[in-house]
Amino acid sequence: MNRTIVEKIISNHCDHPVSAGEVVIPFIDLAMATDGSGPLSIELFQQMQINELRDPEKIIMVLDHYVPCPNDKVARLHDMMRQFCKKTDCKLFDLGEGIGHQLLPEKGYIKPGSIVLGADSHSCTYGALNALGTGIGSSDFAAVMATGKLWLKVPVSVKIELKGRPAKTVTAKDLALYMVGKLGNEAANYASLEFCGDTLSTLDMDDRLTVCNMMVETGAKCAIMPFDQITENFLSQFHSTGFQPVDPDPGADYDKIIEFEVHNMVPQIAAPHQVDNIFAVSELEGTPIDMVIIGTCTNGRLKDLLQAASLLREHQKAPGVELLVVPASRQIYSQAAQQGILELFSQNGAMILPPGCGPCCGSSAGIPGDGKNVLSTANRNFLGRMGNVNANIYLGSPLTAAAAAITGKITDPGEWLHDDF
Amino acid sequence: MGRKQNIKITGKAHVYGDHIDTDAIIPGKYTKTLDLQTFADHVLEDLDPEFKDRVQPGDILVGGENFGCGSSREQAPLALKVAGVSAVIAKYFARIFFRNAVNIGLPVLEVSDFEIATGDELEVDLKAGAVENLTTGRRFSATKMPQVMIEILDEGGLVNYLKKYGDYRLQKDEG
Repeated sequence: MNRTIVEKIISNHCDHPVSAGEVVIPFIDLAMATDGSGPLSIELFQQMQINELRDPEKIIMVLDHYVPCPNDKVARLHDMMRQFCKKTDCKLFDLGEGIGHQLLPEKGYIKPGSIVLGADSHSCTYGALNALGTGIGSSDFAAVMATGKLWLKVPVSVKIELKGRPAKTVTAKDLALYMVGKLGNEAANYASLEFCGDTLSTLDMDDRLTVCNMMVETGAKCAIMPFDQITENFLSQFHSTGFQPVDPDPGADYDKIIEFEVHNMVPQIAAPHQVDNIFAVSELEGTPIDMVIIGTCTNGRLKDLLQAASLLREHQKAPGVELLVVPASRQIYSQAAQQGILELFSQNGAMILPPGCGPCCGSSAGIPGDGKNVLSTANRNFLGRMGNVNANIYLGSPLTAAAAAITGKITDPGEWLHDDF
Repeated sequence: MGRKQNIKITGKAHVYGDHIDTDAIIPGKYTKTLDLQTFADHVLEDLDPEFKDRVQPGDILVGGENFGCGSSREQAPLALKVAGVSAVIAKYFARIFFRNAVNIGLPVLEVSDFEIATGDELEVDLKAGAVENLTTGRRFSATKMPQVMIEILDEGGLVNYLKKYGDYRLQKDEG
């Protein structure tokens, strides 16, 4: 039988070849919990009365949601996680190291062909490295700690073919928002999205992480990029071996095949309060913006910060606009500092926040006020998402975010870019 | 957490619309605790502030498409369960909410087509995959659940299941 990428990856982790629709219990290669999901996982694991982790090397905990720690309650939860990791000998990334979804790829933990679970919905990010990355809950995570396995249904696969070269102002985020708007839940819910097409040669690893990160907003279980020269180049920095890239079999069975022409695409924006409420930026041009956030696991990477800086280098931030910049990891923070762009942002009136999830889900400082319009590079804009139900959240690219910071309004970034960008 | 599920559940319906997301079920600002009652105290707060006072033990929540979309927070199904909700019916669920609900022992039924109004008395038969509206006498069928999910629900959740068996059990020919 001819299999899709996800069928082949899961088959390699079971004792028999599997196909879509089957419920199986594969072993997993790595699982990550955050300070959002970890404490409950630890408590549930203790309730299971299984005393040892099946394999501590496969368990990672990251303190990224509440950075720095906002109060005594969370401080106790953080300490609980630190103590658990010490006791069980599993890896902990402490406050200020960065967001789990950035740290795992950045530190070489994600291997092509592997199954990586995260107790966080945006774990589909790891598909950028030809891995099966998917989100789970706290009970699942506790069960993975206990058994090294997960129950799951093998998803159907939807092939997404991306054709053409995007315009200079169209970033990976715009591409992702466009697909979220077009795909919707009917096409992608529970499915594995499998990317192919000549556009991929224009998407570097930062871009691919952005695209895969957003795909959970279509309801997809996972989103997987092919293994190619770009993957190989990215992985070469870790000198890692022993992984097994996975291609689909010729003639594999896809639930749907969907093509997107990207060459005539324009910058996209998600309007409140659903991620699939997508418009061209030009359609909402002029909407006032009070707060701009550049960061998160979607767009807190160096390329994103550099894109935003390319506009904010030459133009002043509009008075009264609150601008928050949140590098996704300490490494990115350092690189941005070395390149002078943190100072550039700061001189231009931005607040630089420590590496972490930032204000994305209202867990760390940066809560918008009543009636405020926020333009964020994050991945979700649900009512109340940032901690205030009376705020409105728009989602766009780092370029669109920077353009809004300059004008105080939703603005097509194309108007502000030099020809040589 | 939880006890064995009855095969049949009866309760009053509370009907909501499509795309009820996890931030609507339990806002992120209330999830930083292990005190489960906190989740119940703020359940559906931004969507329907009176729900937490109106809900009675055993009531059944009914949603439309894509129920539970958004974050992976297990606090979302926990908030509903601790508030007294005995089952959730929806046209379809977001996948992480669905598996989290099963894992904490909260029955979730996918029913693609139904006529249910708030206040209707419902009877849910998990094994048969059926929902009966006792108020109107109409019956609706639900997508059948794979065996492993029924076993986890039978034990009242994944914690009890693993406490009992020590590991996953899976018969072939499922799915």
